[in-house]
Amino acid sequence: MKQIINIAVKEFKDYFISPIAYIVISIFLVVTGWFFFSTFFLFDTANMRNFFSMLPIIFAFVIPAVTMRLFSEEVNVGSYEILLTMPVSFTDIVVGKFLAATLFSACMLFPTLSYPIFISFIGEIDPGPVVGGYIGALFLSGGFCAVGLFSSSLTRNQIVAFIIGAAICFVLTIIDQLLFFVPPSITEIIAFFGADSHFQSIAKGVIDSRDILYFLSVIFIGLFGTYIVMQEKN
Amino acid sequence: MIQVKNLTKYYDSFCAVDGINLEIKNGEILGLLGPNGAGKTTTLRMLTGFFKPTAGDILVKNISILDDSLKVKELIGYLPESAPLYHNMLVYDYLCYVAKIRKIKNEHIQSRLKELSELCGLSSIMHKSIYELSKGLKQRVGLAHAMMSDPEILILDEPTSGLDPNQIAEIRQIIKRIGKEKTIIFSTHILSEAEATCDRIVIINKGKIVADDSTQTLKNRASSNSNIQLSLYSDGVDSDQVVNHLKSLTTEIDVITKESAEKNLVSFDIYSSSSKDLRRDIYLKIKERDWIIAQLTQKSQTLESIFHELTKGD
Repeated sequence: MKQIINIAVKEFKDYFISPIAYIVISIFLVVTGWFFFSTFFLFDTANMRNFFSMLPIIFAFVIPAVTMRLFSEEVNVGSYEILLTMPVSFTDIVVGKFLAATLFSACMLFPTLSYPIFISFIGEIDPGPVVGGYIGALFLSGGFCAVGLFSSSLTRNQIVAFIIGAAICFVLTIIDQLLFFVPPSITEIIAFFGADSHFQSIAKGVIDSRDILYFLSVIFIGLFGTYIVMQEKN
Repeated sequence: MIQVKNLTKYYDSFCAVDGINLEIKNGEILGLLGPNGAGKTTTLRMLTGFFKPTAGDILVKNISILDDSLKVKELIGYLPESAPLYHNMLVYDYLCYVAKIRKIKNEHIQSRLKELSELCGLSSIMHKSIYELSKGLKQRVGLAHAMMSDPEILILDEPTSGLDPNQIAEIRQIIKRIGKEKTIIFSTHILSEAEATCDRIVIINKGKIVADDSTQTLKNRASSNSNIQLSLYSDGVDSDQVVNHLKSLTTEIDVITKESAEKNLVSFDIYSSSSKDLRRDIYLKIKERDWIIAQLTQKSQTLESIFHELTKGD
């Protein structure tokens, strides 16, 4: 457990040593801020539904950019060898890196908390969906971080890692809009794989154990996949 | 201390390490020699638990690396080739991180860092980013990394490659200093280095051990296979006559006439299978006939030529 924290702290600090953190956070805030507020006053309602509805698609591109370096860079630079010859297990490494990335995503979301605060000055805002939305956003970022971590473990090239990660996250996000392509008998199963619908249901303020379980499963599969890739490389 | 049993590693169908058996005693400095691609790094990577062997086993203090690699990793400090460190970290931050991973108690970290920075000469670069450092400095940070937990075994992969002569001397000195109480395994393809620092030399070629002996024995073995080069002024000297005359000295020698570099000389190579110094006898033998010697030198075979002989391609 201590080793997980050591690795997570190191990886988390790493984000802020390099300019990546600041660039990614700025881009995220500019994009979400612009998309959200450009239509906010047109709707004339004091809620954040619009913000949360586009969050998955933005996360699908931003989170893989956060996670792409976690393994690729280590393998490319060779520090992977140093990491693996220190007394840490694969689980420590995978979970530590995952926690660092998720924590970083939370940091990225943190400034957006100012939106509901400002909105509350100009209208009555229902706190339920906002709280639900942020809890859902944490689960969503966790799921995407696990997917991104997995794609980063596949290759030593960060750009390839980003593209693979973004592709998987994007498919997970839009899959429930593609349901008319699949035979009706399996639509329900396919629909269950969509990250967007699970996220939106949490963001309504309804915290359903099925949705939580979905994100936990994505996280588990992503991390386990990473673990297997590491073992395979070894 | 370390037992390597029938260690084998295949990369797909390519056999990098082919059934190596080794036993390394406590406190030994072992040099792993071999040409490029002989399997040195692969062997070291398996010893440190970075690669899983395809077959065979490694026991460190009777703990199998297959059963409990974490425990083994705790006992070993490792410096990979060209010290691939986290280049965006400060030296100080990096060493603190390593100290934490190596389970050094928080209150001891500072004092340990101080010791290491003195030992490896890092005090002036602690506040620098690792990517700013020259290769030699990186190597020293890597050494500090390897020695962080004061491990009983140190494994260094080509610790001096790419360094300038001063830096090589420094690193060698550090190795010698710490080698007094630790077991050290290091790989190199520089023979003089192995000769200068190691107690024992293992030469591998194409994944197999081709020589495994103490440095002294290998050196003796090298010098026992000596040859003597002899040149005489050629006025009135018949080379066949010389050959026969010298051969009558002892049956253990072989004399071969060779082309001489200078016109007025006749030259010979004299090979001997005994370890006795023959120069005195040869001189006396020649003196009987009053031939005039232009050159009489003993060339002992160096470690270099043994290495060359053992590792040359088919």
